[in-house]
Amino acid sequence: MQTASTLFEIAVLAPLFACMVAGLFGRMMGDGPAKALTTSVMVIAALCGSGALFTAMHAGGMPVVVQLADWIRAGSFHAAWTLRLDTLSLSMVAMVTAVSALVHIYSIGYMGHETIPTYRFFSYLSLFTFAMLMLVTSNDLIQLFFGWEGVGLASYLLIGYWYDRPSACAAAIKAFVVNRVADLFFMVGIALLFVEFGSVTYDNIFALVPAHGDDTYTLFGTHRIYETICLLLFVGAMGKSAQLFLHTWLPDAMEGPTPVSALIHAATMVTAGVFLMARMSPLVEFAPDTKAFILFIGATTCFFAATVGLVQPDIKRTIAYSTCSQLGYMFMAVGAGAYQASMFHLTTHAFFKALLFLGAGSVIHAVHDEQNMFRMGGLWKKIPLTYGAMWLGSLALAGIFPFAGYWSKDAILEATWMAHSSLGFYGWTLGCVTAFITALYSWRLIFLVFHGTPRDAHLHEGAHESPAWMTLPLVLLGVGAVLAGLLLAPYYVGEGQAAFWNGAIVNAPGNTIIATLEQTPELIALVPTFAGVLGILVAYLCYVASPTIPASFATSLRPIYLFLLNKWYFDELYDHLFVRPYRALANLLWKGADEGVIEGIPHGLARMTAGTAAQAVRTQTGSIAIYAFTMLIGLVVLVSTLLVFH
Amino acid sequence: MHPILLSLVTYLPLGGALAIFLMRGTSEAIETASRWVALWTSLLVFALSVVIWAEFDPQVPGFQFVQQADWAASFGVSYHTGVDGISLLFVLLSTFLTPLAVIGGWKLVTTRVRDYMVALLLLETTLVGLFSALDLVLFYVFYEATLIPGSLMIGVWGGPKRVWASMQFFLFTFGGSLFMLLALLAMWTMTGTTDIPVLMHANFAPAMQCWLLLGFILAFGVKLPLFPLHAWLPDAYTEAPTPTTALLSGVLSKAGAYGLLRFGVLMFPDAARLFAPYVLTLGVIAVIYAAIVALAQTDMKRLIAYSSFSHMGVIAVGLFTLTPEGIDGAIFQMLSHGVIITALFFCVAAVSWRAETRSIDAFSGVAHKMPVLATLGMLFVMANIGLPGTGAFVGEWLVMVGAIHVSFWIAFLAGSSMILGAVYMLVLYRRVMFGAPGRGVVAMLRDLTGPELAVLVPCALVTLWMGIHPTSFLRVFDPAVVNAVSAPQAQAAAAPVHLAAR
Repeated sequence: MQTASTLFEIAVLAPLFACMVAGLFGRMMGDGPAKALTTSVMVIAALCGSGALFTAMHAGGMPVVVQLADWIRAGSFHAAWTLRLDTLSLSMVAMVTAVSALVHIYSIGYMGHETIPTYRFFSYLSLFTFAMLMLVTSNDLIQLFFGWEGVGLASYLLIGYWYDRPSACAAAIKAFVVNRVADLFFMVGIALLFVEFGSVTYDNIFALVPAHGDDTYTLFGTHRIYETICLLLFVGAMGKSAQLFLHTWLPDAMEGPTPVSALIHAATMVTAGVFLMARMSPLVEFAPDTKAFILFIGATTCFFAATVGLVQPDIKRTIAYSTCSQLGYMFMAVGAGAYQASMFHLTTHAFFKALLFLGAGSVIHAVHDEQNMFRMGGLWKKIPLTYGAMWLGSLALAGIFPFAGYWSKDAILEATWMAHSSLGFYGWTLGCVTAFITALYSWRLIFLVFHGTPRDAHLHEGAHESPAWMTLPLVLLGVGAVLAGLLLAPYYVGEGQAAFWNGAIVNAPGNTIIATLEQTPELIALVPTFAGVLGILVAYLCYVASPTIPASFATSLRPIYLFLLNKWYFDELYDHLFVRPYRALANLLWKGADEGVIEGIPHGLARMTAGTAAQAVRTQTGSIAIYAFTMLIGLVVLVSTLLVFH
Repeated sequence: MHPILLSLVTYLPLGGALAIFLMRGTSEAIETASRWVALWTSLLVFALSVVIWAEFDPQVPGFQFVQQADWAASFGVSYHTGVDGISLLFVLLSTFLTPLAVIGGWKLVTTRVRDYMVALLLLETTLVGLFSALDLVLFYVFYEATLIPGSLMIGVWGGPKRVWASMQFFLFTFGGSLFMLLALLAMWTMTGTTDIPVLMHANFAPAMQCWLLLGFILAFGVKLPLFPLHAWLPDAYTEAPTPTTALLSGVLSKAGAYGLLRFGVLMFPDAARLFAPYVLTLGVIAVIYAAIVALAQTDMKRLIAYSSFSHMGVIAVGLFTLTPEGIDGAIFQMLSHGVIITALFFCVAAVSWRAETRSIDAFSGVAHKMPVLATLGMLFVMANIGLPGTGAFVGEWLVMVGAIHVSFWIAFLAGSSMILGAVYMLVLYRRVMFGAPGRGVVAMLRDLTGPELAVLVPCALVTLWMGIHPTSFLRVFDPAVVNAVSAPQAQAAAAPVHLAAR
């Protein structure tokens, strides 16, 4: 166990070291050494992360808590800097460091043509990795919140990396502020949790959960306090994981460089919300109403995002909505009580979605920063390796046997079916419909980009396969996208799940959903696969066999098409509901209330007391004599009163 | 641990001021010499106060480094000074920020340098004096005395509207402190003493407590400021030269908060419990109102001024939660806000001094020209909006923990500064720092100079230190706060504050 925790510490703290050195001394040491340092440190961290996972699995004896330092100690509140080793954190650390190392390597190629030094970029990537690792290895909710905000900061910095582009700056602020809205709920939730349990450390909280089941809290009527806390925490998760109503920042976040989208906005950060729910599973299990709400939001997001992804012309935005939709699946599993399945999908999704984004980056790189799919076409001969990678990623995403997504998505849909509730059925139905749409938009992407005739001869002419720095991660992630599901299924959701999770994820005594997954009727279990295959066929029909079909649909169903193209008009709605009124209010309060009323008071007083404005001016000479005199008056009053009363 | 240390820290700046005042020679020589004397004096004072910090034993209840001398013994007034865990760190804050203000004023202040340095050192003496005063009359004298250097610095070295700003600042504070004077006199007539430790244990009748507390709230509410007593703030903060603004918002406003804590919450616990709902409401209004108004500002410095006002609301909320966590949080927020807001004002000055304008619209893409400033500025912006890992988070979090004991909505609304603060700070940063470079003034900018780095880098280090290892500071005042709050709370357990939820 000693080896495991040493490796674990190296894996978590090494990225911080890389970030500091590259960030502070990058200008001095130059771009090359900074890249080499951050990348090699991250590769070491990845090796240590996986090493820690394997050694700990064999050694057993978890959870282990490594104390680093004291943090906050005030009144009855206490929090410390700690690393927690259990299956949940170990598997996340291994996954995060692995994807991060691949993205670092990929970035060396992708950012090779930048004119300004890129040490800043690599430093931010390492900063992000460190914050994400702090998030997943936390032993209390406050350190989790530290990581939570840290990844938010890194995301803000990286979305706005090209800071001379107005759209990138706007997207960065939007991402930060929308996340902050959710974080306020999260923070209040943690505070409430502290009031209820007197601690924010997981073990202390979970030990008290069964005993306090009937406590209530009055907020919009009296409810069980677990429901209130879990709802607040879930709103926080909704922001970070871009669920419906708080999803608007994620598509805009595609303004950042593509490796960032792969690492942060697909594989790791956006899954933090799912991780939070799995981490808090001993508490969430006791909040059935909130679980129902989670299932509803997850299922709805899953469907909503897929419909929008179906019509986007931008290659990255299509994949971004796909991410949003897949996160919906994960929350659906949480709502059904199958946290194991959601963690499984989280892991496989990290591989194939990072693969898809990096593949998209390779395409964008090949066609010189063009992102509109309708200007591409016929690229497969030019970039065969990227083409193959996109196929693997899409097969995994669509859930075709035996690729990674098949195992995890099926587990989720089976869990919703086996929940035997009306909401569970709602989730299953939308999930299956979405499986069809997912395959449809994935192959729409492939056919538009790689097949058919080139729509822009100039772009097609200049296209070239990416350098080895970029293709190597594609190959490795491709292997992951093929094998991850097959290899991990027995541990994450199958026979060995109880031994594997080892208490890191808790199902309430009556919750046997994971155990009964295998008993799903066979016909039901086959539906998602059929939906996926059907989606591919329809895509072939629409974009290869008879390419006029989509256009005729778009004209005949124009209102629906516009509704989807404009992302259900959420941005416009929020702009009218929040952004503009807030700006107007700011101006009104400033000009009206503050300058008008509040600052009017001293002006009015000055006139009243001085009698005339002229005298007011005369007292405003700023001379020392007047101040001293006024001060003297005060002292005289003081002294004489003392004398009189004595 | 010799008690003389505290007196040295208090009066060395006065000595430095005298030395500068008595200097003779050519005006240029005097200017240079006075800068160096002021710098060395303030650095020495800072070093001494660090010694006090190291020597201080938080586990010992009551005051340490105490000095008492007869002054007007027959009236029950004495020269009585000393520090406890709460006041110690404010002394430290004052002595930390004064050298920074001297360095910051190195280039920014070019006229009447000698007088400026004298005023700065005088201000330091009065600040340390008021934080360590253990006699109410002594406190009052020092409190009033801060006004002389304070308003002079605004009035002489300030911007175009300096005279009006200075006048407003003076009259508001002075008007407010008249109420303190009344309360002081009332307390003296009842007890026959003005000794603070004695008064802390004097049991005033409940009705009297309310009147006294009202007097103190009015006096310190102006300084803090509490909504709606802030009319002087935007002008004073904006017009004052930046080193003065830093001290005004960094330390002087904390004098108000300190007074509110010492003479409001701790001295009149029963009345404070009665007043809590109103002050909490005013605090929440300040948080939200100032954050909204800040977004509309077109002047960088004014925006930061409103930001400061908004965060002072959080402090008021923390104090009047009357819980150990809330008060700890408020004190911590005062300290970290003092450092962060100082740094932010200096960041603004770094740009506006070069470009000779404070208008946000005049800038774009400054980050291209000033990457070091952009990095440090980003750190302070993030600190100002309470990112974990910076000092502000610790304070805001503890205030929220305290507030949720009182009411869900107080915690939620006071916490909304997380969102609103992010909006105005990030919009400011984006408009000034990001975008395409090279229009007019921006093309001429050069990155930070040595003195500017000497101001901003220490602030950055302290901000991170406070965020990552706050225990160094919390351990000093937490025992004092817990002691002070838990005693009256035991009595009041039967009648806790009720607002909405819980």
